[in-house]
Amino acid sequence: MSENKSETPLLDQLEEGAWPSFVKEIKMAAKKSPMAKDLLGQLERSYKEKISHWKHGGIVGVMGYGGGIIGRYSDLPEKFPGVSHFHTLRVNHPSGWFYKTDALRKICDIWEKHGSGVTNMHGSTGDIILLGTKTDELEPIFAELQKIDFDLGGSGSDMRTPSCCVGQARCEWACYDTMKACYDFTTTYQDELHRPAFPYKFKFKFSGCPNDCVASIARADLSVIGIWRDAIQMDKEAVKEYAASGLDIGRDVAERCPAKCMEWDGKELKIDNQYCRHCMHCINAMPKALSPGKDRGATILLGSKAPIVEGALLSSVLIPFVKMEPPYQEIKDIIAKIWDIWSEEGKNRERVGEFIQRVGLGNFLDAIGLEPQPEMVAHPRENPYVFYEEYFEEDGQEQGK
Amino acid sequence: MPKTVDEVAEAMFNMVKDAAGQKKLKAMDLTKAMNELFAGEVDKKLCKDAIRKLVESGRCVYTYFGGSYIEIPHREAAAND
Repeated sequence: MSENKSETPLLDQLEEGAWPSFVKEIKMAAKKSPMAKDLLGQLERSYKEKISHWKHGGIVGVMGYGGGIIGRYSDLPEKFPGVSHFHTLRVNHPSGWFYKTDALRKICDIWEKHGSGVTNMHGSTGDIILLGTKTDELEPIFAELQKIDFDLGGSGSDMRTPSCCVGQARCEWACYDTMKACYDFTTTYQDELHRPAFPYKFKFKFSGCPNDCVASIARADLSVIGIWRDAIQMDKEAVKEYAASGLDIGRDVAERCPAKCMEWDGKELKIDNQYCRHCMHCINAMPKALSPGKDRGATILLGSKAPIVEGALLSSVLIPFVKMEPPYQEIKDIIAKIWDIWSEEGKNRERVGEFIQRVGLGNFLDAIGLEPQPEMVAHPRENPYVFYEEYFEEDGQEQGK
Repeated sequence: MPKTVDEVAEAMFNMVKDAAGQKKLKAMDLTKAMNELFAGEVDKKLCKDAIRKLVESGRCVYTYFGGSYIEIPHREAAAND
């Protein structure tokens, strides 16, 4: 047996293969960071024993804020003193995750000075994740981040850091300026971001088109998805070029349209736009020939979440179409009403989607003052009993059946 | 007569202090309690300002145990020295 036996044989296996390895990165950080070195040691032990050695810290934070720091302590502090405290910081990312290299260098310098040097760019929340620091370092890090115009993001029962796709900065299909909207909502709701006052978390995500590159329909309590309401734009010559280059438009485009609103006769593509479901399939298949219409805005959807307390939910339509123009007052007025009723009546750790399921969509719409619309129907009704208010007279006597 | 931020903050602080070790209170719990205690004399904005004052003065802190709560600063059991 070799004299130079590895101290982390299980982690070493995770360095194999073609893909970048987080173990390799932590090992590089460990060359100059005792925290990263002990992180490797504790992680190896967790793999060996098949249990976590982290304890949750619920009280660490910076003065005045209720979010942005996730406390962690090792339950083996004598064995791995470097990770005795190993708190995470969520730092509010810029819209679309665009940085100057200078900004990234400054963040990394702060983190190497005050933390483990290990980062996660970016976390599933969208934030810059700085992994591992001590309680005493939290305020100095916060002060230094503020000096370079960065702020903490959300955590706990607050509005989480809004995120968006790159939108009009890099994508021809963006139906509104996602980055502008994301920045506007982030600055408007600073109080809700830093001072948790909700029953549970609330997430905004802004997608420029129905391709939904930030998966807002699955991950955001309030999803803002770009859409158009006129006809798909078509370059007929480009359609012919696709056909000439070998694309089977009939089989691969028209027949795969979920609404069956397209026809291809071998020469011409026809779209019956009134039945279009805006799935983006045809546009994705022929990007040079088809593009979203010119009358653009967004659909507002509500209620998605990942499975934590209850099962996963997808967002469903709340406002079928809204023009996305600053200051986005129509959306903000609705959000204020949603937060009011959910904060007032929501149970502890109940996401807004779960709240709607509990009270019923009809009651919820009534509370926020929205009229029901056909687009809000997410799936066929499960309850066979139908009640119509007009069947009842004012004194409560039944008039019809 | 409308209450001041200081009066509401004091009432909230007493509520948090009395509940310490027995019940964790959320921001909305405090707001609802103030609405009952000072009916017609407080609103949500005032309660929000009172919570902010408590936290920024260091008399109370936000904590997280599955959800976010407002508590008196204390050493948590999980903390390593």
